[in-house]
Amino acid sequence: MAKVRQKVLVLYLGNSALDSHVKGWSLYDGTGRDHHTTGDSDTPPYQTGLDALRAGWRVIQFPQLNPPYPNLEYTTSFQMYEFIFEQLEEVHD
Amino acid sequence: MIDKQYLLNSKQMASFVARGFLRFDELVPQAVNDAVMAEIDAGSIKAAAAGTPLSQCYPEPSAIGQMLRMPEVQGIIQSLVGPDPLFDHHAVHVRQANEGQAQGMHGDSIIDTRMHFDIQLMYFPHDVPLEMGGTLIVPGSQYRRINEMDIARYQNFLGQIPMVCKAGSLLALHHGIWHCGRQNKTDRKRYMYKIRLNPRVRQLRLWNTDDLPANTNKPIFTRETNAVEDIQTIMGKGEPWFEDAGGRLEIVNRIKMWRFLTGDTNFDVHYWLTRLENMPENLQLAA
Repeated sequence: MAKVRQKVLVLYLGNSALDSHVKGWSLYDGTGRDHHTTGDSDTPPYQTGLDALRAGWRVIQFPQLNPPYPNLEYTTSFQMYEFIFEQLEEVHD
Repeated sequence: MIDKQYLLNSKQMASFVARGFLRFDELVPQAVNDAVMAEIDAGSIKAAAAGTPLSQCYPEPSAIGQMLRMPEVQGIIQSLVGPDPLFDHHAVHVRQANEGQAQGMHGDSIIDTRMHFDIQLMYFPHDVPLEMGGTLIVPGSQYRRINEMDIARYQNFLGQIPMVCKAGSLLALHHGIWHCGRQNKTDRKRYMYKIRLNPRVRQLRLWNTDDLPANTNKPIFTRETNAVEDIQTIMGKGEPWFEDAGGRLEIVNRIKMWRFLTGDTNFDVHYWLTRLENMPENLQLAA
């Protein structure tokens, strides 16, 4: 009997626009077919977030745009433009 | 003090400030590399207590001590953290053969908001081909305020650098740089010796500053300006993974660090800070 498993793609984009360029990426494959890990690719899977949509990924989270905390206006930390996508795939026992 | 010829120059320092690392390929002679590998195999590399002056660590006979006492290595150390820094800790990192997973992306220790910085020397005593992994570093990440493995979610960045190198190569890292041990897909273990050093002196013009130019503002955002490789150009070059706006803040981080290291409180790149510091009180000119 077929079951559905989730694949998750995380794209770190250049700005808040979904069609801006990919700067970083992570992949997690719930089907177990592929295994991704740190530093396993120098080439992004897509050039932009929109390219991922066109390839069939569903975006499930947009980053919030929050003003910087007072006195931290010039502080850099995590990647700000983290977009999360999913695909659902059938797996068979 | 080490002879000036072994110290870093200003462009090397600028590159360290901008990118958070310096790389020295095949710096250590093969005989020393072989002797270090023998020490690793014998488990004979012993750590001193944290806070011990480096000069008191690794007494003779010690191949690791021999490597660290090379004038070329001493020159790197003194340029970045000054003479006889404190030994913090060391580790011989091992990536097992045919392992299924890389180390998660991280910054070492805990979140560290100082302007003063420690360095970590990573020494690769044997060849590291790409399939063996190599330590992966993210250039320019050293000023990001994160806490250790908080960033383990990040798998890949544009412009990341896997340390693929010949035996005897060294990396000198700012303590904050993001990095990880890449997956080792060979049937051999991979070794890397790391040592963390704390400065004992104010990090002010510790390198060979003979080539340090007087700071002058230049036309900004012009091709001609960027074509000249000087301190400002090195500082102004973004990394491929920088976000569009956040990348500008990284240049500000570099400017602040260069001011700290040189004592030149007017240093700027592309006018980023001078513009913000302009708060004139001149009433006469407006009259």
